[in-house]
Amino acid sequence: MIYKKLFTIFLILFPLNSFALIEVDITRGNLSPLPVAVSSLSSSDEDKEALKKRLKIEDLGLEISKVVENNLKKSGLFNPLDKEAFLQKPDIAHLKPRFEDWALIKAQGLITGKVNFQDGKLRVEFRLWDVLAGKEMLALAFTTVPKNWRRVGHIISDKVYERLTGEKGYFDTRIIYVSEKGPKTQRVKKLAIMDQDGFNTKYLTLGNELVLTPRFNPTNQMVTYLSYFKNLPRVYLLDIETGIQEVVGDFPGMTFAPRFSPNGKKIIMSFAMDGNSDIYTMDLENRIVERITNHPSIDTSPSYSPDGKYIAFNSDRSGYQQIYVMNSNGKNVKRISFGKGLYGTPVWSPRGDLIAFTKLHKGKFYIGVMRTDGKGERLLTENYYQEAPSWSPNGRVLIFYRETKTNSKGEGFSAKLWSIDLTGYNERLVETETDASDPSWSSLLSN
Amino acid sequence: MNLGKINKNIFMIMFLGFVLTSCATQTTKIDSQIQGDVYTGTDTVEYLADGVPDRVFFATNESVLTTASRETLRKQAAWLRKNPEINVVLEGHADERGTREYNLALGERRANSAKDYLMTYGISSARISVISYGKERPVDSGSNPLAWSKNRRSVTVKAN
Repeated sequence: MIYKKLFTIFLILFPLNSFALIEVDITRGNLSPLPVAVSSLSSSDEDKEALKKRLKIEDLGLEISKVVENNLKKSGLFNPLDKEAFLQKPDIAHLKPRFEDWALIKAQGLITGKVNFQDGKLRVEFRLWDVLAGKEMLALAFTTVPKNWRRVGHIISDKVYERLTGEKGYFDTRIIYVSEKGPKTQRVKKLAIMDQDGFNTKYLTLGNELVLTPRFNPTNQMVTYLSYFKNLPRVYLLDIETGIQEVVGDFPGMTFAPRFSPNGKKIIMSFAMDGNSDIYTMDLENRIVERITNHPSIDTSPSYSPDGKYIAFNSDRSGYQQIYVMNSNGKNVKRISFGKGLYGTPVWSPRGDLIAFTKLHKGKFYIGVMRTDGKGERLLTENYYQEAPSWSPNGRVLIFYRETKTNSKGEGFSAKLWSIDLTGYNERLVETETDASDPSWSSLLSN
Repeated sequence: MNLGKINKNIFMIMFLGFVLTSCATQTTKIDSQIQGDVYTGTDTVEYLADGVPDRVFFATNESVLTTASRETLRKQAAWLRKNPEINVVLEGHADERGTREYNLALGERRANSAKDYLMTYGISSARISVISYGKERPVDSGSNPLAWSKNRRSVTVKAN
């Protein structure tokens, strides 16, 4: 909420014609990313000086353009060109690009912009140009507090992505994860949060107790996770704005595997007692607890469909871990995974049409997707150990964690975050300050 | 009669031979410390008292107690009966070859299977609490079947 208030976004011009301008197809693996030129955002010497004083950044316009470049590059859909080759100066290009100059360096898209600093507020405007058609495609301006400058870069990236692909972006988002340190037999784990591009890392717990599986509320900045506070593994709720945390419900045993319902009003989780784990929900407003499954097998890793009507979950009721789907009241349980191997961690796509999962087969771990009826299984990546996929808010990218095999002396263990496109292309290491696991992708902070 | 005896002896010899060869093939490289996927060594084992091992081991994805595990737990039960002031925590664990959340449930199931057995030997449930660590606290950091077998365990720890 607070985040949205900090920004005022408005269109500055509407020269958009419905001509077939450049566009990017994201449904296939994109083997030839679109060449784009991201010009440095220009600013007056006065404003540059004032911003330098305020933020200790030499040229803020240049830094914002680098945030945009980096985002576009990592999406795998765009190929930002080397600034060294640019012929036109940023301020003039922003007014009226000389399209021949940009076509000469093979740019198809051009992003220009301007940074102002007035009354303690940062005002940033940018334009997206189609170089080949010689047309402006998009023009927007933002006003915010100066320290939010990286988010300006992310919002520009989202707007460009949306204009060129026809789908919402995922750059103005954050990742919450578990930061790990220390030997494998005594890992110290903390909750950490960072911008989607790895900047602004903050640690939310001190590492005094084991914490696992943080997940964002899709509607706000609340997080649910598992903490071993006082050696009692329980599901907690954390407000990352205020830092206030509370235990979710007073269950007489371990609660774990929490996730929010799509409207953010319920938490669904497993409750284990006397050797049996079943799925429960708790309404966060009236604290009413409902039992959803009642079976002597292990039922865990529940995940709602985006319309809230169904729940995918993991159960070994067939003898081994498999994925099941049921109505949100627990009725009509159906097994959907029938491939070879074991299946775990089902996560419903925000688009509703796919379920991402972890699969173990013949000693290898896979991240894959299947349709919600279990058909059309597609394995995206194979490794020694990887699990826990989490969707980008637009349902195009999955982030997960991977652990390495140790050597004969038990050394060489590491845990890292990775991302991969739904297409199976563009697999990337997501850099974190420490080792990391259990990532969860937030919704877009602004729209 | 005699013929029958001779035949029996031959059978015995053949049987022994069979056992020996099968041992020889099983003891190849990996180790003799795993039987039927369950750790049988003493590497990581600590003792609650003289002759009372603190832990039992499980097969992959299993929470069934082996004959050896039941023997260990009977010793623990006898020790607990002798020391009525002692309470225990059973810590259930899984190996690293499973998803985190499923392993939390599996660890809980393993610790409870040990708890149930202690209870059938007269230990009150009020003296036993259970906690699962899933795959979070391995004793062996190796990435091999022997290390994993040591990590699939339920450990009885004094609570007071």
